[in-house]
Amino acid sequence: MFFETAKLAWRAISRNMLRSFLTVLGVVIGVAAVIAMVTVGNGTTAKVQAELSRLGTNTLFVRPGQWGPGRASSEAKRFNDKDVLAIQEQVTGLRAVAPLNRGTATVIAGGANHSSSVIGTTNDYLIAQDWDLSLGRSFLANEDRGGQAACMIGETVRKELFGAANPVGQSIRVSNVACPVVGVLAVKGQSGMGDDQDDTVIMPLKLHQRRIGGTTTISSIILSAQDGVATTKVQSDVESLLRERRRIAIGREDDFSVNDMSQIAAAMTGTTVLLTGLLGAVAAVSLLVGGIGIMNIMLVSVTERTREIGIRLAIGALERQVLTQFLVEAVMLSIFGGISGIIAGLALAYGVVSFLGVPFVASPTIILLAFAFSAMIGMVFGYFPARRAAQLNPIEALRHE
Amino acid sequence: MTLPPIITFRQVSKFYGHGEATIRALDRIDLSITAGEFVSIMGPSGSGKSTAMNIIGGLDVPSSGEYLFQGIPTSGFDRAQLTLLRRHMLGFVFQGFNLLARTSAVENVELPLVYRGMDHRERRSRAMTALEQVGLKGREGHTSQELSGGQQQRVAIARAIVTDPAVLLADEPTGNLDTRTSAEIMELITRLNRDNGITVIMVTHEEDIAAYGKRLLRFVDGHLASDQAQVKEHTHVL
Repeated sequence: MFFETAKLAWRAISRNMLRSFLTVLGVVIGVAAVIAMVTVGNGTTAKVQAELSRLGTNTLFVRPGQWGPGRASSEAKRFNDKDVLAIQEQVTGLRAVAPLNRGTATVIAGGANHSSSVIGTTNDYLIAQDWDLSLGRSFLANEDRGGQAACMIGETVRKELFGAANPVGQSIRVSNVACPVVGVLAVKGQSGMGDDQDDTVIMPLKLHQRRIGGTTTISSIILSAQDGVATTKVQSDVESLLRERRRIAIGREDDFSVNDMSQIAAAMTGTTVLLTGLLGAVAAVSLLVGGIGIMNIMLVSVTERTREIGIRLAIGALERQVLTQFLVEAVMLSIFGGISGIIAGLALAYGVVSFLGVPFVASPTIILLAFAFSAMIGMVFGYFPARRAAQLNPIEALRHE
Repeated sequence: MTLPPIITFRQVSKFYGHGEATIRALDRIDLSITAGEFVSIMGPSGSGKSTAMNIIGGLDVPSSGEYLFQGIPTSGFDRAQLTLLRRHMLGFVFQGFNLLARTSAVENVELPLVYRGMDHRERRSRAMTALEQVGLKGREGHTSQELSGGQQQRVAIARAIVTDPAVLLADEPTGNLDTRTSAEIMELITRLNRDNGITVIMVTHEEDIAAYGKRLLRFVDGHLASDQAQVKEHTHVL
């Protein structure tokens, strides 16, 4: 009996192929949009997480203020040299403690100029980031501690300013600070967030503070734990040390944060949750519109087939059987829409993902959900037309032209 | 012991509309039809003959009075029970054939069996038997558009008898057919009545078609104007 009903429904749908297709277009677009966006989103998240984990789980980021979505950090007090020194001296198990000030400046060499990210830090930064040099050397002691002018440049900066020439020994001007190039950093490529890590000039922190930032403070500190040392222990040690140094009373919240990469990744995923919610709302609206389209065309179909319904009722179809027939037809329509939408969405996502260079991560959960939801749409919006068909008066239906 | 009549009307009336505008389509009709009869019903339009057919067919219910089927009162029947009455006891043949378009003859004939939940194989063999009975063997794959009017009506008759109904209700079965084809259809119906013992109740407005029946009811203004047996034996050449 079910097979019969399904066959009948398929016949009714295929008889008006174009109309059926246009009817379910709303569902197709809604489902495709959700599938595509979620799949691309998953790919991006996967890439970011892979990137972050490559940076190492033994890296900790110390920043002023609480870090995370919706938390402002600009109010909080920044760090200073003594904080860095205290961490170096009092916290055990650390491989590198790198203070970090970051800015953007125009870098000039000869006739060429280029706007680049300028980092003021120490040699520890290279250790913490596992960053090698392709040419030249890192800072000498008098540069590293004393702030004597010396710069390491990233591959992008090298290309922009020197082309094929060897820049080591040449001089560049970073925002009016003359600075000899002592080293070239190895190529790192794009970061997980999509910016070019090679578009960087690294100079001693002291020089950066004096000549670029005009400050004596430090905006963040990167820590790298030794192998085999638990980052949680380092994290709590640094936290208690900084609480003490910043005189935070017991019971008050930290005005700084110490996070490892997985925590930062989690915070970033938090932003995606909000995005997913928004996406869901858009999907709900388009599926609602799609559902109304199905209801509309099913009502038309019931009117067109009034005589057929009359015949069926006259020769012994129960109301329930006619209702089921039209309901199955509506559900079949919407399921076709759902399946087409899933296929279209995955295809679209595949295209976008290859373009962005992120992995293709199809989520079975969202696909199943989209399928179930489209079936439900047919059920909900097909019910009213189906009931109307089932409750037709057979005499009038037979008289209908 | 005598069986109760298959169809009984006791003071059956049917009104349409309300108050001043009330139309009395049937006015206190008493009627009884015995199993195996072939009854013709005639009357001008608006005489109530179609209303009477609809009530007999369980498609409509009386406003007052009682309609009994095989002695069982139907006044308490809901829509589903009336449907089951149609499904198991009645077969319908209409003036406009009322076959499903773009559907093959055999599938049209199978339709009532589908709703009975019969399995595909048995359904198909019963439908083929019914088509053979109406002389359409070999045409089972044709859709209604590919069949002549007479053949379509034969398919409709096959659909009506495939369930082995007790009563065949025919509403102007020859209304859309030419004289020659009408005669063929009437012979088929006569044969079903005579050989299969199916009770036939037929509405028509043509005297020569009505003459095929063994009993003739004439309706005028919602009343049963006359009810007489017909002895005239129809002779025919095949």
